[in-house]
Amino acid sequence: MDHSLLFKGIPPALIFIVGGLLIPAFKGKLKLAYMLALPLYAFFSLLQTPEGNSWHFSLLQYDLILCRIDRLSLVFGYIFCIISWIAVIFALKVEDDLQHVAGFVYAGGALGVTFAGDLFTLYLFWEIMAVSSTFLILARRTRSSQSAAFRYIMVHVAGGLLLLAGILIYIHDTGSPRFDFIGLSGTASYLIFLGFAVNAAIPPLHPWLQDAYPEATVTGAVFLSAFTTKSAVYVMARTFAGAEPLIYLGALMTAIPIFYAVLENDIRRVLAYSLINQVGFMMCGIGIGTPLAINGTVAHAFCHILYKALLFMSTGAVLHVTGKIRCTDLGGLYKTMPLTCLFCMVGAASISAFPLFSGFVSKSMIISAAGHEKLVLVWLLLQFASAGVFHHAGIKVPFFTFFGQDSGLRVKEPPLNMLVAMRLAAGLSIFLGVYPEPLYRILPYPVDFIPYSGAHVMGQLQLLMFGALAFCLLILSGYYPPELRAINLDTDWFYRKGGRLFFRFVDSSLNGLNRICEGVFVRGLAGSLARFFQNAPPGFSIGTAPVGLGALAAALFIAGLFLLH
Amino acid sequence: MKKELTLFDKPQNVRRLLRLFYGVLVVLLILDLFIQKHAYFPWEGHAGFFAGFGFVSCTLVILIAKLLRVFVKRREDYYEK
Repeated sequence: MDHSLLFKGIPPALIFIVGGLLIPAFKGKLKLAYMLALPLYAFFSLLQTPEGNSWHFSLLQYDLILCRIDRLSLVFGYIFCIISWIAVIFALKVEDDLQHVAGFVYAGGALGVTFAGDLFTLYLFWEIMAVSSTFLILARRTRSSQSAAFRYIMVHVAGGLLLLAGILIYIHDTGSPRFDFIGLSGTASYLIFLGFAVNAAIPPLHPWLQDAYPEATVTGAVFLSAFTTKSAVYVMARTFAGAEPLIYLGALMTAIPIFYAVLENDIRRVLAYSLINQVGFMMCGIGIGTPLAINGTVAHAFCHILYKALLFMSTGAVLHVTGKIRCTDLGGLYKTMPLTCLFCMVGAASISAFPLFSGFVSKSMIISAAGHEKLVLVWLLLQFASAGVFHHAGIKVPFFTFFGQDSGLRVKEPPLNMLVAMRLAAGLSIFLGVYPEPLYRILPYPVDFIPYSGAHVMGQLQLLMFGALAFCLLILSGYYPPELRAINLDTDWFYRKGGRLFFRFVDSSLNGLNRICEGVFVRGLAGSLARFFQNAPPGFSIGTAPVGLGALAAALFIAGLFLLH
Repeated sequence: MKKELTLFDKPQNVRRLLRLFYGVLVVLLILDLFIQKHAYFPWEGHAGFFAGFGFVSCTLVILIAKLLRVFVKRREDYYEK
């Protein structure tokens, strides 16, 4: 192995995972410095590493590549390092090594997936991500978080198995574990697609996200919001760019969660639904597959990671200081938490794609790509979803948390480290919105796109402001659906209730069948046969007991067969 | 603790904000007439298309959500039972 590479280009995944596992060895201020230094070290080592493959290993007859750096993987690598740093700042005061280690290993898993050069390496880091992220939910240490974590890991184990099956068949078919364009054709590709789709939260495989993320710890949710879905966006973009079903799945994915987000009472669950909605835009972009669409997808993933983390941080800060997170318990917090309120509104403006905020410069690329390909219905759906996401993430989240009805809560701003983390994410979101060139420069394809044209700014402003007018009129007229202490059924019903119902059905039907068989054959038929042969008239019976016994044995044998099956 | 903000406790401030908001809407509609369009679809070029689309979309979102609530709403302890 080349030694200069060893020091220059240590795979960021290793820095995070090995470095993260060593966190408990440090104490006090040194520990904080160490945790802050790791993501920076990974980021700068990434900047220094030239494009190309490094860290080759041989397994069986296959060549495994731990670190494949090209334009597509680099963008995701950068943003994963940046957001880890911000999330670590946000979590700096958490006195729980479990959460710190889990966060670092999880981020390392996502970076491992990003830079994996083959499907085996991909799978390894994929599972590291699943396991380590579970601890961020478990670490909340409540009963509901324990069961949510259990459901979360079960779903991801199932998704991982689909992926593994797909990978094995793919390698069997093609003879190589190459991790590059696959395309939708043949069993292997569909299995791999399904495995990715679970992590990308494509409906109806999405409910794990809105089930688990709101149950995670305050700081854990920030990590969770960044890595699982966006690494799935990356692998989809690499393997299934231009797969037509993704266009329509993605468009539906932008629309369906909106309705749930309107009804939802738990604010972090509203954000989870809007996360699914935003990833829908990316899936749609991958499906369209043109350079403009892929650029849009990657840019949107980059911006989305920042503002979604910002939203989870500001609402998490509210949960941290008030202990409450439901719309029905909150309101009027702007009075004593103006900074957190301001950061939340920057996040809200960014996710709503207001001009001068980051979402505007990235989402518009995807929608333009749909327009460019003359996908009328998709274009309309994406515009509809843009108005919808503004309505719930842009207005509802800040309105019911910081304004609306005064809850009477008078709490202080969160600790300084949390404010600094939010300030960084908010600053970056505005910076990218005002000056998108640095982001455009690192996208996979050359960018020929101008976000700030008069027509585009005007169209977007009208869409948003008149959407806000609808919200205003409905609230003022009292027609807006009230926030209720209630939950809403989603497709997780099938494994949460449906599973139990299935068990009850199987239990009662099969065990019922057993009871009937026992009644008819063992007690009824066998007994009456035995009685018949014992009491049979001499002329009918051959006169000796052994025949009766033989018949009884035969009857029991048959009944036994019935019972066994 | 610092003095708390009470900006929106005064009804006249809320009224002022709403008036400003309606003013912005009118300005947007007027400015729209003077902007050069480069549309992918013919309807995009019409002045006020996005205004109407945004208003109708957000209203639809809420109406459909209200309808959806009838079917999916359950008690908070639904899954614990």
